[in-house]
Amino acid sequence: MSKKAASTIETKDDAVPACGASAQAPVNANLPKEAKVELYRKMVRIRRFEERSLRAYQAKKIGGFLHLYIGQEAVAVGCCSLMGANDHVITAYRDHGHAMAVGMDTKPLMAELYGKVTGCSKGKGGSMHYFAPSLNYWGGHGIVGGQIPLGTGLAYALKYKGLKGAAMAFMGDGAVNQGAVHEAYNLAALWNLPVIFVVENNGYSMGTSQDRSSAGPGLAQRAEAYGMNWGTCFGHDVYEVRATMDKFLTLAREQCKPAVVEIDTYRYRGHSVADPDNTYRTKEQIEEYRRTKDPIQVFQNILMKDGVLTDALVEQIDTEAKAEADLAADFAEASPYPTPDDIQRDVYWESDNPDQRASKGRLFFE
Amino acid sequence: MAVLTYREAIRAALSEELTRDENVVLLGEEVAQFHGAYKVSDGLLEKFGPKRIVDTPISEAGFIGMGVGASMLGIRPVMELMFWSFYSVAFDQILNNAANVRYMSGGLINCPIVIRGPANGGTNVGATHSHTPENVLANHPGIKVVVPATARDAKGLLKSAIRDNDPVMFLENTILYGEKGEVPDTEELIPLGLADVKREGTDLTIVTYGRSVLHSLVAADILEKEHDVSVEVVDLRTIRPLDIDTVLASVKKTHRVLIVEEQKPFASVGSQLAFMIQKEAFDELDGPIHRLATIDAPAIYSPPVEVEQLPNPQRVLKAALAAVA
Ligand SMILES: Cc1ncc(C[n+]2csc(CCOP(=O)(O)OP(=O)(O)O)c2C)c(N)n1
Ligand SMILES: [Mg+2]
Repeated sequence: MSKKAASTIETKDDAVPACGASAQAPVNANLPKEAKVELYRKMVRIRRFEERSLRAYQAKKIGGFLHLYIGQEAVAVGCCSLMGANDHVITAYRDHGHAMAVGMDTKPLMAELYGKVTGCSKGKGGSMHYFAPSLNYWGGHGIVGGQIPLGTGLAYALKYKGLKGAAMAFMGDGAVNQGAVHEAYNLAALWNLPVIFVVENNGYSMGTSQDRSSAGPGLAQRAEAYGMNWGTCFGHDVYEVRATMDKFLTLAREQCKPAVVEIDTYRYRGHSVADPDNTYRTKEQIEEYRRTKDPIQVFQNILMKDGVLTDALVEQIDTEAKAEADLAADFAEASPYPTPDDIQRDVYWESDNPDQRASKGRLFFE
Repeated sequence: MAVLTYREAIRAALSEELTRDENVVLLGEEVAQFHGAYKVSDGLLEKFGPKRIVDTPISEAGFIGMGVGASMLGIRPVMELMFWSFYSVAFDQILNNAANVRYMSGGLINCPIVIRGPANGGTNVGATHSHTPENVLANHPGIKVVVPATARDAKGLLKSAIRDNDPVMFLENTILYGEKGEVPDTEELIPLGLADVKREGTDLTIVTYGRSVLHSLVAADILEKEHDVSVEVVDLRTIRPLDIDTVLASVKKTHRVLIVEEQKPFASVGSQLAFMIQKEAFDELDGPIHRLATIDAPAIYSPPVEVEQLPNPQRVLKAALAAVA
């Protein structure tokens, strides 16, 4: 986690500066004050939403797995804040942060966790499987690495249609060892597809550290084998994430250049809420990160210094975020569950649209 | 007899076989330092060391394929899939390589690998994590498929699976891991391909396996007490090889059949069973063969609805009453 920022596309002059200083990058310096506040607000909202969801999980309102993004907020918020109309996002199961970063509403997100019919996937997907195609957000995927070829396909479609956009395909540091990821790298490089493979390196895949799972000098550098651009940056500084990603996204949109960007980050909670988190790292390590690199605190400090945030505004944003999360939980609580009849809805387009059905024969079996 | 959980029984089988044969190794994600995602391998790293108990990266195609290759040269790898659902990533290695290598080499090569892990719904982990691929696996000659329901069966069958010279797919269940059962103190090898009558009865045969055995036994008690229906519960234990004789013997006794399976119905294990029963015992049947399966859709997340999608005692009860009506 202490690697220096590096990249294949940067000269010494425009190399991403040390932590905190990327504020001068045009993509950040030109941001209106309100947009900076919005970046901050989004991170706080994600944090509070997830903390609320954790309490709901502990109260047994939520089933299955709950993979929290707490500690990593600046990555999704930084990357997704750069999205234009033709940019798209896909990620793995640790997907609450990305969902909120692209603009999904907290009520259906919380309701999905509760398994309610008002959830963003009508209670069918759960925590790992959030989707919002209208916001260019393509999930939420449970199989490690499985989303990466899909993200490559989004980029293929953009290029095919002649749209100037890019796909961001997020994965963890463990996912880079899936064969499908390497096949996607090759396709993206071979066909010059506008996709950025974003490796959110939080140091661990479940209980396995990067050292114990990945060979080679660095995860992003693997791009070199495919002749692809790559870069690394720190993920606790939302400005740095934006400054780095902006360059690669521009290359993707303008020149259809794919890249692998590895963003160093950290998760404070266990792999999922079920992980006792006491076998593979120390409490001190977590505390140290939280104390020195908490993405919300780091950005708050920057914005306070710049006079963008005040104590009162910080307080207000936090209060509002907590209230929003509580409201989302109330909404989820009050919503109905799907019914057993819903089990077989949304399986086939044709069975949901019987008037337009063209095929014959039986679709469902007993 | 000792009372062990299903998890402890599997661990005991692994431990005994690791001790017995130095060619047995356990590989998988988080099996060593993390003690297994479901703690099945707790303590094994400490006991057998890092040469025998190996953490792998998240590379199912790579490490399962590696296990298949190593087995060709006489290693007896036990590969843990954190969930059987992830077999799809290693599909080619399992179903093209492990299943076919003996055949394509004209019998020159054996593939004594065991691939094990949980394969079940009911824990609200959604469609990607709830696959029950025993039918898909059993569709491939060359592969053996085991689905134990109790601690005793899990231990005795896993020991046999590890000693088997063919590739054995061993499907466990996260919900059963905590279930306790009696396990003999002395070594027991339960042969693959032997069904077990878990409850005797005269009016209806329920053919089932895995966690559905437990649901069927609960339903059978209710049927006995409240409906005066005597149910025989046949636990297949192994899907391939399949002990059809025990099934047919029971059918000849009861003349009515309900198949209960945590499977999507299309081309399921039950489909194969129903074909065989009607073919071999048509004249013994007093009514059509009934089946209770998972409701035919991807696994729904919503916790209370998932219970209804899967077999459960109430659904078994209803299906059984229909089968004897
Ligand atoms: C194909 C597959 N194998 C294993 C798993 C189980 N699993 C879920 S998350 C995970 C760790 C992934 O770590 P990483 O890619 O670093 O992402 P992070 O959880 O740190 O965000 C594992 C092994 C899975 N979901 N899919
Ligand atoms: Mg990770």
